[in-house]
Amino acid sequence: MALLQIAEPGESTAPHQHKLAIGIDLGTTNSLVATVRSGLAETLADENDEHLMPSVVQYTADSIVIGKTARDNSVNDPMNTLHSIKRLMGRGFAEIQATANHFPYEFSQTDSAVPRIKTVRGDVSAIEVSAEILKSLTTRAEQALGGELTGAVITVPAYFDDAQRQATKDAARLAGLKVLRLLNEPTAAAVAYGLDRGSEGVHVIYDLGGGTFDISILRLTRGVFEVLSTAGDSALGGDDLDQAIANWLIDEAKLDISHNEQLHRQLLDAAKAAKESLTDAQQAEIQLTLPDGEQWQATLSHEKFNELVDPIIKKSLLPCRRALRDAGIELDDIEDIVMVGGSTRVPRVRELVEGFFKQPLLVDIDPDKVVAIGASIQADVLAGNKPDDDMLLLDVLPLSLGLETMGGLVEKVIPRNTTIPVARAQDFTTFKDGQTAMSIHVLQGDRELVDDCRSLAHFELRGIPQMVAGAARIRITFQVDADGLLEVSAREETSQVESRIQVKPSYGLTDNEVEAMLRDSFDYAADDMQLRMLREQQVEADRVIEALQAALQQDGDALLSQDERQTIDSAVQSLIDARQGESVEAIKQAIEDVDKATAEYAQRRMDASINKAMSGHKLEEFE
Amino acid sequence: MQDAVTKNYFELFELPVTFDIDLNVLTQRYRELQHAVHPDKFANATDRERMLAVQQTSLINEAHTSLKDPLLRARYMLSLAGVDITNEPETVMDTEFLMQQMELREQLAEIKGSQDALTNLDNFMANVKSELKKRIQTLSELLSDLNTETQKQAYALTQQMQFLYKLQSEAEQIEETLL
Repeated sequence: MALLQIAEPGESTAPHQHKLAIGIDLGTTNSLVATVRSGLAETLADENDEHLMPSVVQYTADSIVIGKTARDNSVNDPMNTLHSIKRLMGRGFAEIQATANHFPYEFSQTDSAVPRIKTVRGDVSAIEVSAEILKSLTTRAEQALGGELTGAVITVPAYFDDAQRQATKDAARLAGLKVLRLLNEPTAAAVAYGLDRGSEGVHVIYDLGGGTFDISILRLTRGVFEVLSTAGDSALGGDDLDQAIANWLIDEAKLDISHNEQLHRQLLDAAKAAKESLTDAQQAEIQLTLPDGEQWQATLSHEKFNELVDPIIKKSLLPCRRALRDAGIELDDIEDIVMVGGSTRVPRVRELVEGFFKQPLLVDIDPDKVVAIGASIQADVLAGNKPDDDMLLLDVLPLSLGLETMGGLVEKVIPRNTTIPVARAQDFTTFKDGQTAMSIHVLQGDRELVDDCRSLAHFELRGIPQMVAGAARIRITFQVDADGLLEVSAREETSQVESRIQVKPSYGLTDNEVEAMLRDSFDYAADDMQLRMLREQQVEADRVIEALQAALQQDGDALLSQDERQTIDSAVQSLIDARQGESVEAIKQAIEDVDKATAEYAQRRMDASINKAMSGHKLEEFE
Repeated sequence: MQDAVTKNYFELFELPVTFDIDLNVLTQRYRELQHAVHPDKFANATDRERMLAVQQTSLINEAHTSLKDPLLRARYMLSLAGVDITNEPETVMDTEFLMQQMELREQLAEIKGSQDALTNLDNFMANVKSELKKRIQTLSELLSDLNTETQKQAYALTQQMQFLYKLQSEAEQIEETLL
């Protein structure tokens, strides 16, 4: 068939070819990359056989250092070595100030909604720092797998809000990585565990990482992972345990850490080491070199440690309770409790969680690796390597979405724990006679007051025809996709005035900023930029052609008349021709034309798919 | 061939239009439909198909939500029968129910500051639950024989349930502050 000729030698796009896809666990403390090779999901190691890459990036005058080396350099260069950057994703300047004691860095306030950290290499945002980590992992994967990647599944805490998810997606875009899906970390862990055991029933995933806490309750039925509820705290994790120990050290040794970032970093490292040694030992010895050069020593007993961390661990139990209730299940219904995240190695965490759920915990897959492994399994399916797989992940919205109404109140449009994708519409009306514009404020959170929720975006609907107050009918539609990302559209129903926006978070980057960062980060000459864009369009064209080819082969004859088929074929042929040329615009246009020519066909395919799924039942009823 | 958008929620799942649906069958068919339309099944498809997949899945999720919950299911059935359920409740609440409401509200306010508030709250929530259950039973009878009179009664019951749901969520919020 002519369509096959588009593949360049050695670049076959034949459908049966195994696609290279990866799962990335972009963690607060450590990050990992995994893939499925010969049917086996495994994490990939670096040249020193290390699987975990510390999520630490050091900016020096002439280079960017990532991972273990960066972490080792942090005591000597605390201001330019960035740790726990995930906690800053999708966060605004004021929010970061509120948690300032965690972050020794110097922030610069600019016009942008995204705060920048000052380094010797210039100001950087959390999104750019995350992009460096993603790039490094991608390189590791490409070297291990020996080829170009189709895409990646990147995990995020289930409790991440829209701004934090968008920031993660922007980081992937900066890293030049195609995101197949943003997957919730607990869901990824469930995939790794569930497929391993083939166990059906209700599973609880308790995921305490370095900086985030998630609890998800899922029901697994024949390959379908249905998240019943999720709850959590996107600012609670092992970092907080370290901080509690560090605070104790400050009190005990009577230290002043203000303006002494080196000491602060030393304290955090000592605290972390003590926490880790208490996993096995009854007490931990801590040694510090004080600013005056004096050696200071202390013993942290098991009991004291528990006393310090209990309030933090207990903070995770309230979300557990809420998740149980939202899922509508009782403790007896639970099949097992899966522990995920490095912080669940702390024995005290296990004790308290076991006490809460009143049953033994599952800890047998490495809690550091399980999320990346689950992500790689999903990536393998999404890349199309397992066409007959019946795995399906049905996730939920973690926090309610709403709109500001009169008096600073939030009107909920989609409540938390609604299965996604979801679309909901709400009607509003004008407040004054002749009002022609309306300002819309989108929020996320479960509280009633605007001030207690997170602002996602503001936008304006203009051109409402003049009417008396209360006569206009403005329908605002929220559409949340499978990644948990929101798009809002608004429309005046009597005049059909439409205004559509992608929610660019109040704390996010604008498209222009992302473009500028792309240019800067690669230091592209204009030619290189052009080449990159051409390559992107070509990849997209190949994808469209391949997808259509597969579809037409499957049901083109059944669903299309000869004339219709001819129209589509000629649009596809034009795209094939454009694909061979070097005009970005021409390829773009040809893709758009194919899209228009196949709109009706796509709809018929979807309806046919639904009818096929339900057809068995119709037969039963006639019997 | 009828497309999914014009089918009512019952038809979408090939279920009879009745209040007493088999929830297991609903769940099973919901999953089958998800397999057919979920965006993850279209990860390599054209943008157009992926957009359609998001829309169709949203519709199926909405339909599932509306049929799964008894109150939403009753309201949906009433709307199919032409009852306008989008309006704010007209105050046709019977006085007996209003009295009961006020009592429940007072109880809840007292629980907040009481000793052993958690146990009291548990009892309170169990009570609200049984009130809801009673109404679901009556709804089932009313909705199986729809005429103008039963419609009216069913509508009034859904309004009462709405109040009880609200009370329930307030009780949950109080519980969270107690923990």
